[in-house]
Amino acid sequence: MIMSQLAGAVGWFGLAPWVIGFPLLGLIVNILIGSKIPERLVGWIASAAVGLAFVVAVLQFLAVQADPAGRDVAVATWISVGSLNIQWALKVDSLSVMMMLMVSGVSALIHVYAIGYMHADVRFKGDPRRYRRFFVYFNLFVALMMVLVTADSYLMMFVGWEGVGLCSYLLISFWFEGGLEGLGNAIAGKKAFVVNRIGDVGFLLAMFVTFWTFGSLQFDAVFHQAESMGAAAVGPVTVITLLLLLGVAGKSAQLPLFVWLPDAMAGPTPVSALIHAATMVTAGIYLVARNHVLFALAPVSANTAAMLGALTALFSATIAVAQYDIKKVLAYSTISQLGFMLAAVGLGGYVAGLFHLLTHAFFKALLFLGAGSVIQGVEHAHEASHGEHAHGEAFDPQDMRNMGGLRTRMKTTFWVYLIAGLSLAGVPPLSGFFSKDEILLDALHANTVVYVLLAAAAFLTAFYIGRQLFMVFGGQPRTESAKDAKENPPVMTLPLVGLALLAAFGGALNFPGGHVLADWLKLTISEIEISGFDFQVAGISTAIALVALVLAWWIYGRKPMTEGAQDPLRSSLGALFTALSRKWWVDELYGATIVRGYEGLAALMVVGEDAQFAGGKFWTDWLDQIGMRKGKQAARGLLGMVVDLSFVDSIMITSGGLAKGVAQRLSRLQTGYIRNYALAILLGILGVLVFMIFGGG
Amino acid sequence: MNVPTIYVIGLSAILFALGVTGVLVRRNVIVIFMSIELMLNAANLAFIAFAREAGSMAGQVFVFFVIAVAAAEVAVGLALIVAIHRSRGTIDIDEISSLHG
Repeated sequence: MIMSQLAGAVGWFGLAPWVIGFPLLGLIVNILIGSKIPERLVGWIASAAVGLAFVVAVLQFLAVQADPAGRDVAVATWISVGSLNIQWALKVDSLSVMMMLMVSGVSALIHVYAIGYMHADVRFKGDPRRYRRFFVYFNLFVALMMVLVTADSYLMMFVGWEGVGLCSYLLISFWFEGGLEGLGNAIAGKKAFVVNRIGDVGFLLAMFVTFWTFGSLQFDAVFHQAESMGAAAVGPVTVITLLLLLGVAGKSAQLPLFVWLPDAMAGPTPVSALIHAATMVTAGIYLVARNHVLFALAPVSANTAAMLGALTALFSATIAVAQYDIKKVLAYSTISQLGFMLAAVGLGGYVAGLFHLLTHAFFKALLFLGAGSVIQGVEHAHEASHGEHAHGEAFDPQDMRNMGGLRTRMKTTFWVYLIAGLSLAGVPPLSGFFSKDEILLDALHANTVVYVLLAAAAFLTAFYIGRQLFMVFGGQPRTESAKDAKENPPVMTLPLVGLALLAAFGGALNFPGGHVLADWLKLTISEIEISGFDFQVAGISTAIALVALVLAWWIYGRKPMTEGAQDPLRSSLGALFTALSRKWWVDELYGATIVRGYEGLAALMVVGEDAQFAGGKFWTDWLDQIGMRKGKQAARGLLGMVVDLSFVDSIMITSGGLAKGVAQRLSRLQTGYIRNYALAILLGILGVLVFMIFGGG
Repeated sequence: MNVPTIYVIGLSAILFALGVTGVLVRRNVIVIFMSIELMLNAANLAFIAFAREAGSMAGQVFVFFVIAVAAAEVAVGLALIVAIHRSRGTIDIDEISSLHG
């Protein structure tokens, strides 16, 4: 682009706060007047707010083109205590602008989709008033996600970090009365919140160590100091980055803290698409990329990140193979893909990692929205055939065994799902192919173990998405509801088409030879080396993907599952399949060790009347009964019998009796006869007179 | 005729002593009441005697006050006596001794 044309664009940096401001404005408007305006308008206001944020993000993009150094746009002084001075400032550089564009763009499409999806959802679940609440939460999420990506200091980032966690919690348990035994969704929300807290402890401690070591929480200041300290910085920086990795593991659902993300699928599908696939969970990857200076200084942490990511990628890909819930498959897939990204950024392949972050946001959001479309199609058909009050029946519209043959019934959904699925599998020329291939290429150059793990994960990825495609869309319908399923209205399918275009052509962002994204990110991350395109690696990964897809066809497509049939994998894998479908018993393991231990501790600590409800007695009860009660009795004996009765009481009784006796005697003086008084007065006067006359001298 | 002041004071003292004796020995409330009036007027007499001796008007002014207050006292006192008589049926001072200790 020609620089002179963009000279004016530098001024647009000042608009950066509006990237947070517009979603906030949207939610305020909806809070204030949302209950008085038509439902559809509520959704459009929220969508428009995010759309405007996207426009602002584009302006920031142009501004950074004009001035590649970017800006710190100060908004206000936040905290000023002694030497600690924290500005509320927005960091606009190529990295944050990339995230801004992705977050606001994908959000805008999902907002539009949610207008249609939630319209049906709130009616199906019987509470239309929650429609407005959903969009308020959604706007709040976008605003806080923007706070996170535009932060120029750890503290401000932490505000966004916690804020999106809060929105995640609110939206997972959006149908808080739903789920298993009417508690399932609420428990899922709580689980996400608590597991994220564990990661947040890491983030907090990392901040403390940062401030202790560098005396600042501002990114640029910290990075500058860390680089100038040289070898002395390695120790503290390793500690900081390892603690940050704990935060990453929590937010981006990596081993060992990934358990919350599958449960988070309890939220409405747009939530899963936006928060738990495209944006929030990638915050951890963004955190690593943002701290690339520190990770470059601490090879131990970087390698840990790479191994952690690769292990997570393979581990959760195995679980995804044996799930039946359409959204659970995608959830484990998300964990797996996040593992790919973390492995990439851990190995220093920031372009590959962030490129995959972008393409994954496109195709995974699309997969989730497609899944939502499928779920609603099946759900509506079930509702239509079984009447309004069929909710109580044990029919799970998310179970892939209840689907099948949807390719002819939901054509648009099928095609976009196919594009997204093949993109996830890594089939050229779709976007996922390019980004995943770059990760594998970087891994091969840097660390063979990571490469092998990721290649295995890539194979499983293609297999499970193939399995899902054949189970959902292939063959013949296995239930009445699947047979009657119909396509959803355009307000839902049009965003799907938009995302499908991105998922299909997103690879052009960093097309081999062009490297637009790499050049763009190089403005912020100077370590980036632009890697070439290796036909051998690309050939291997393409082969892996195609073999896995063919295998999936061999098992699931060649002879489609019939109604009520077992999963063909179950018989061939046997016990292994059970282990996979039970998610390697990780939840049970955590339940038996950490959760049980914690509950035991809590039961031990319960005091008083609540103890019987909690099923335990606090040790102070024991102390109270054995120690205190005996002690109390002894003390009562000593104080009561000896001190009180013999000493204190005798003083009181004696002095009281004395006063009573004196009063009794004195009361005789009051005779009631006036003349007695008069005589007394006379005698008194006489006495005074005698004193005055004779005694005065 | 010029009566010496000492005579007048002597008369006043005698009247006062008579009043005191009446208050102390009589049991009829009305008589006690009259004795009190006697004491008041003995005091008035002493005021006037000393006023004349000193050639001042102040003593005579006080006497007017005492007379006025005595009149009010009579009104209140007689009303009390009537009320006591109504409720207890007697005005014997020794019968009215319910405030004894």
